[in-house]
Amino acid sequence: MTDRRTWGCRRLAVRYGATRALEEVTFEVAAGTIAAVVGGDGAGKTSLLRALAGTVRPAAGTVRRPGERRLGYVSAGPGVWADLTVDENLSFSGRAYGLDAAELERRIGGLLERTGLAGARDRLAGQLSGGMRQKLALAMAVAHEPDLLILDEPTTGVDPVSRAELWRLLAASAAGGAAVVVATTYLDEAERAATVLVLDRGRSLLEGTPDEVVAATPGLVVEGTDRPEGLAAWRRGARWRAWSPGGAAPPGTSPVTLDLEDAVIVAQLREDQRWAA
Amino acid sequence: MGGMSPAPPEGSGEPHDGPAGSRSGPSPAAGSGEPHGGAPVNAPELAAAEGATRRFGELLAVDGVDLTVAGGEVVGLIGANGSGKTTLIRMLLGLLAPTAGRVRLFGEPPSLRTRARLGYVPQSLGLYEDLTVAENLAFSAAAYGTRRPALEGDLAQAGDALVRDLPLGLRRRAAFAIALAHHPDLLVLDEPTSGVDPLQRARLWETIRSSAEQGAGVLVTTHHMAEASQCDRLVVLAGGRVVAAGSLPDIVGDATAAEVRTPGWEAAFTALDAAGLPVSLTGRTLRVPGADPDAVRRLLADAGVPAEVTSVRASFEETFVTLAS
Repeated sequence: MTDRRTWGCRRLAVRYGATRALEEVTFEVAAGTIAAVVGGDGAGKTSLLRALAGTVRPAAGTVRRPGERRLGYVSAGPGVWADLTVDENLSFSGRAYGLDAAELERRIGGLLERTGLAGARDRLAGQLSGGMRQKLALAMAVAHEPDLLILDEPTTGVDPVSRAELWRLLAASAAGGAAVVVATTYLDEAERAATVLVLDRGRSLLEGTPDEVVAATPGLVVEGTDRPEGLAAWRRGARWRAWSPGGAAPPGTSPVTLDLEDAVIVAQLREDQRWAA
Repeated sequence: MGGMSPAPPEGSGEPHDGPAGSRSGPSPAAGSGEPHGGAPVNAPELAAAEGATRRFGELLAVDGVDLTVAGGEVVGLIGANGSGKTTLIRMLLGLLAPTAGRVRLFGEPPSLRTRARLGYVPQSLGLYEDLTVAENLAFSAAAYGTRRPALEGDLAQAGDALVRDLPLGLRRRAAFAIALAHHPDLLVLDEPTSGVDPLQRARLWETIRSSAEQGAGVLVTTHHMAEASQCDRLVVLAGGRVVAAGSLPDIVGDATAAEVRTPGWEAAFTALDAAGLPVSLTGRTLRVPGADPDAVRRLLADAGVPAEVTSVRASFEETFVTLAS
């Protein structure tokens, strides 16, 4: 972490009592980039994000983050006050970040326009659809133009149209110089980020740019209509894919160009083999 | 809790055996050595909506939708919130009558009898959180009048755990095991792999595919393109109507996006965004679905941003967002 505006953690551990949520995780995100943190339920995504946001104390390791008022954090869950209107949510959180009334009004106007919430200013946040609520939570987190923006699964349960709008807002924050960290369970989303960290059972499984992660996969991934024998295999649509560690394509299969999803599945299979051994 | 209560089958005998004549074609499971994927020729039509329409007062939620699911195929129903997806599913499940058009399950109107041949996994999973996995399974099997199936793998090890104490991946697999226990002919799955990691997602799809290969028809509703790409055929809903249908490449067709490569993506993004274009960022490359590359080039030149702009094939997600907005 040489750049003054690079945030992240080094050899981070987070524990809840005897539960080891994260161990030895090193991660960084530079100003003006989007980093995706990927993993399923229980992988440690939320613990990493909480540690970056300063809401959980590391059991070991170090965290580098900006001061509280230069940080924006959208936790998993509603993240808005259900019984306040859209407008009230934005002014309330904006004031908490120390914005003055005139500046706040200007930024809220712009954000309402960008998020398509301008027509819903007076609606209670609790009455918004999931996608609109997430856009409101994001607008609240970026109103003070933070240096580090942290979002925990902002697109879960959000439809593709709202999802495209949310990602456009994330890109706009990065274009404006923010470092953006976004957790997701979906790799097609992670592929849009500049860098990816894949977590599995609290440990770092893969990291790098999506291209680096794919390129680092050992062996060969093959595809065929039948399940290849003797290889670890998984479904991709109606066809089977399998990992050939030795790099040979069994009869009836042909090599495929890997994507991030294949790379993560192979890494998880290898990890499972290590745990089993 | 518990989602839908399974309806006990009427009469006696195997609940998954439909009335005589309800299956018009040969059992697809008996097909020999056919390549996987897609419905075999003459596969029985398990679910059909014909001009299905549903009105709630002034609101036309579903408007003249045609949709079929045949044995052996996985059909994806894709739509934004408010597209009519949920209303259509409720009609197909027999929970809501169409105000016009008709819905057929196994060749007849939805009823208790057709319900017994359906497996449904809602997004909320529909499990009893305060019962164990084994108890959930026993309860459902009793309601369907079937034998309780054996649990496999790590689900067997978790059989005595309360559902609420299990990680999401195992809860999803438990919900699948329950929905499949009575060997349904038609499976309806709402966002079946939401929240799980890629390997668990692949394992869930293995189960879905294996049901289809044994002859079941599968209808998957999803928001996620990774799931859509697993389906044999897609039906895209927007504003209550079918706006596209076919395989994923059929739907994308010759739709394009303008791809922008530039040393300074930030300035290019800001310029395109300010012009109101639906610009997206992938790594350090920008994409503008549906945009004319020449227009994008001119816009960036005017903004003083050096960039290389090419026309590339649109992704399914880009095509979908264009169709849905």
